Amino acid sequence: MSAVLIAILVLLSLAVVFGLVLGFAAVKFKVEGNPIVDQIDDLLPQTQCGQCGHPGCRPYAEAIANGEQINKCPPGGQSTIEALADLLDVEAVPLDAEHGEESIKTVAYIREDECIGCTKCIQACPVDAILGAAKQMHTVIVSECTGCDLCVEPCPVDCIDMLPIETTLNNWKWTPPVPGVELIATDTGRSVAHASSKEGASS
Amino acid sequence: MSKIFAFHGGIHPPENKKQSTRAPIRLAPVPEQLTIPIQQHIGAPAKPCVHVGEQVLKGQMIAEAQGRISVSIHASSSGTITDISPQSVPHPSGLEAPCISIKTDGQDQWIPHQGLADYRSLPPLELINYIRNHGIAGMGGAGFPTDVKLHLGDDHIVNTLIINAAECEPYITADDMLIRERAEQIVGGIEVINYLLNPTHILIGIEDNKAHAIRVLEDALRHTKLNIDIVVVPTKYPSGGEKQLVRLLTGVEVPSGRIPADVGIVCQNIGTVAAINQAVHHGTPLISRIVTVTGGAVGKPQNLEALIGTPINDLLETAQVNHNTLSRLVMGGPMMGFTIEDDAIPIIKTSNCIIAAVKEEMPPAPPSQACIRCGLCEQACPAELLPQQLFWFSKSREFEKAKHHNLFDCIECGACSYVCPSNIPLVQYYRFAKNEIRDEEAEQRKSDQARQRFEARQARLEQAVLDKEIRRKERAAQAAKTQAAKKASSETAAQTPEDNIKQLKTAAAITRTKLKKALSALEAAKADSSDNIAQLDLQYKQAEHAAEEAQKALELAESGIQAPATSVAPDIKQLKTQAAVARTKLKKAQQALKIAEDKGHDGADTLRATVAQLEEKSVAAQLVFANAETDAASSSSSNPLPALKESTDKALGTFKKAEAALETAIANSSPAAEKMKAGVEKLKAKYTEALAAQEAAETLSAPKATEAPAQSFEPQPTARTPADLKALKQNVSIMRTKLKKTETLLASAEADSEQAGELQQEIVRLTQLHKDAKAQLDAEEEGKIKAAAAQGIDLKKLKIDAALARAAVTKLERSIKKAQEAEPAELNALQTELLAAQQQATQFNNTLSQFE
Ligand code: SF4
Ligand code: SF4
Ligand code: SF4
Ligand code: SF4
Repeated sequence: MSAVLIAILVLLSLAVVFGLVLGFAAVKFKVEGNPIVDQIDDLLPQTQCGQCGHPGCRPYAEAIANGEQINKCPPGGQSTIEALADLLDVEAVPLDAEHGEESIKTVAYIREDECIGCTKCIQACPVDAILGAAKQMHTVIVSECTGCDLCVEPCPVDCIDMLPIETTLNNWKWTPPVPGVELIATDTGRSVAHASSKEGASS
Repeated sequence: MSKIFAFHGGIHPPENKKQSTRAPIRLAPVPEQLTIPIQQHIGAPAKPCVHVGEQVLKGQMIAEAQGRISVSIHASSSGTITDISPQSVPHPSGLEAPCISIKTDGQDQWIPHQGLADYRSLPPLELINYIRNHGIAGMGGAGFPTDVKLHLGDDHIVNTLIINAAECEPYITADDMLIRERAEQIVGGIEVINYLLNPTHILIGIEDNKAHAIRVLEDALRHTKLNIDIVVVPTKYPSGGEKQLVRLLTGVEVPSGRIPADVGIVCQNIGTVAAINQAVHHGTPLISRIVTVTGGAVGKPQNLEALIGTPINDLLETAQVNHNTLSRLVMGGPMMGFTIEDDAIPIIKTSNCIIAAVKEEMPPAPPSQACIRCGLCEQACPAELLPQQLFWFSKSREFEKAKHHNLFDCIECGACSYVCPSNIPLVQYYRFAKNEIRDEEAEQRKSDQARQRFEARQARLEQAVLDKEIRRKERAAQAAKTQAAKKASSETAAQTPEDNIKQLKTAAAITRTKLKKALSALEAAKADSSDNIAQLDLQYKQAEHAAEEAQKALELAESGIQAPATSVAPDIKQLKTQAAVARTKLKKAQQALKIAEDKGHDGADTLRATVAQLEEKSVAAQLVFANAETDAASSSSSNPLPALKESTDKALGTFKKAEAALETAIANSSPAAEKMKAGVEKLKAKYTEALAAQEAAETLSAPKATEAPAQSFEPQPTARTPADLKALKQNVSIMRTKLKKTETLLASAEADSEQAGELQQEIVRLTQLHKDAKAQLDAEEEGKIKAAAAQGIDLKKLKIDAALARAAVTKLERSIKKAQEAEPAELNALQTELLAAQQQATQFNNTLSQFE
């Protein structure tokens, strides 16, 4: 009888101790914010273009964390979808064409002598990549431009172009080698012979 | 002799060096056109400092170093700048990059130049800058600005200087020939570097296949005081790799991702050393270099000293190329060089070799086959990597894993590809993978920056909204304060109306005396027919006006005392109008907003803000109005029953509190404001109910008293002035409408300031008129009340009683309805009560109508 009591007491005290430890840990190591949202946000391209239907990348990251489809970000493209699928352990799906297609990277360019200095583009730019003041010529800080397209629409004189980023010596890339035959040399003849013999057998 | 260590792996490809060492170095002829890229080095491109059409001399700086890692570019020969534009440059991509084109004049005329008499007298920093300005960059392969390497002594302890003369790649003999013919330049250059870095020992690494060069070098070193060791290393590719040479000569392994300077070693290419010598001792910038032109397709393989910017074509011609057998042009060595398609591209500071190969020399790569995991590549890799693993990861785009297998330590030497029995283009895969990883990292950096900027912007916008809100609140508080002050002052004025009147009376008397004085003066002047009559007249008129006004003010104040209740009325009315005006404004703005929103107009945001503001204003006005009304109502309940009064007060208190809460909620534009408003509305209803109950109780407590005299009213006294009264009332209402109209006009015209001024004046006038009419009406009503009072009835009291009776009726009606549902027993009693109340109410109404 007393053994049973001791066991119960021991278990109870253990429960109390661990409960306290866990409770303390929960308070002490409390995680601020939603870490998964941060992780998702890290993977999104931060173009802040809103093509996903959310006002920026972070809101979309939050939406994904709440179960939205991961294939709505055209600037990120397939590679982002795959990275997200990897992170969230879900199936990688093809890009949802409804939100736009993956296109080449562009950067905004203001035809400066046509600009009337209305500052509309500045208000539209999500990353403050446009420089200018009222009634002054505006220009795009190319290194900060994410190519989101958002400044093109508000311009009353249509003097903003989205130009594809030029390939220069600095951003030129080696192309992957064209895959070769990828057969062991001696296999080449054999596989042909094998195929033909099979054909012969079937006919 | 130093001890020789060994590095892992390495291969022994056919050397093919003998062909080009037979002939001495020859000066290549000056070409007609020089094309000089502004970026021949690692780092920032130099900035052109000449313009098209300018005459330049040989050795003149044509592009200036800009940034920390950069070197200057100089004209290789005299001539005219013809173009500064993108041209094909030596690069595996075959892309174009900005170049300065010079049409040479054939004079090859030097700019005045002169070496440093004694470089040791110069502080090291200045000397390093001198070297930078002479355009010296690494001539071995990468083209790293030499001055940066010479600065390494600043933050590293440099104990070993290694001069790289290994030249391990097949075919290339440029360094070999340089040593054979110009060993003294090398020694001079080493002395300069020694002065700058001050290492404890200096090693020259050279492969044992250059016996002649080693001999010459040993001879040359006898003339120097420096302790320089020549270390002859076995021929093995790639012993010329920086990290491999360091390993060979010192046994030290440079850690992954670090530079040799981190372990106290600095490497310099032997060609660079000679160039430093030329610059320091002769003042000649780096404008030419030794290029090995070789390969099966050239008739005379040899080393040519070519000007930077000379088209490859010219060199090939000089070496008698056979265009028929030429199958492939390679720039650099066969292992690490790249194929070029365009033979017009120029020689740059890093071009050490041109191979014009025939087909048998460099056959097209056989098709690659599957990796058989033979491990040969692993045995050949000088960087001790696992090439086959890197290959798998690169191919399947598992870049993360490739990175973990130290892909970035691969020096792209090509040893693995060379030994691979499956002919897999391994290096290409690594280059591709490195590119992708770098690209991803760059993108990650960029997206991080974009995120930061986005968040910063977001925060800024939010802050702006908050600031605006705070300012708005401050303004509101200010307005409330002034209003409270006004109220207080008006209250004090009301508290001491007698004093006020006294003051006014004195003022009126004074003005009257003044007026009299003015009049007598005027008359006297008139009698004298003085010429200042006009002036006096004016003075008189002014005085008259002042007197009139003083009188009016006095009258107004007096009537205010006599009828304090009426003074509340216009106030409430004003408030009501204000509320109404605010409401209309709000509605208008809302409409505008809707239209704007429908059209998707840009101004919608600002409009929305205005609407919000107006909404607040309107609500505030409404509240103030309601407050005033309830105040007026409560103040008119003259004879309260204590208990009921208490409950009424309580209701009022809660109501006020709720109102205050609502106000703050609205100010904070809290979403709960709507709900709170409803709550306040409810509380108000409760309050009114309580008030009504109180009043009903009041009436019930003293019904007989008022009933009796009410029945004995006689209509005569009031009949005296009905027409008069009506006309006056009409007058007042006309004035009021006019005033209102002008006010609305003003509101809509507010933007148009000119008109607004006019309207404002108009309003002032109308207000005056309205006030006058009102005063008249009030006076008339006053008379009526007095008349009624003469008959023993307080008209005011009567009015209140009538209202109370009406309220009692409504209340009873309501309770009947309730009783109908719940307690039919009480119904009868209630109904009788109702009947009585109704009767009472009708009676009151009748009496009242007699007086109005
Ligand atoms: S589509 Fe992609 S890049 Fe554009 S806002 Fe949405 S998540 Fe960001
Ligand atoms: S929106 Fe167009 S016109 Fe207006 S400032 Fe920007 S570039 Fe200039
Ligand atoms: S190319 Fe890279 S992996 Fe291949 S042998 Fe050279 S260092 Fe090793
Ligand atoms: S040498 Fe070629 S076949 Fe052999 S393991 Fe390396 S990659 Fe595979």
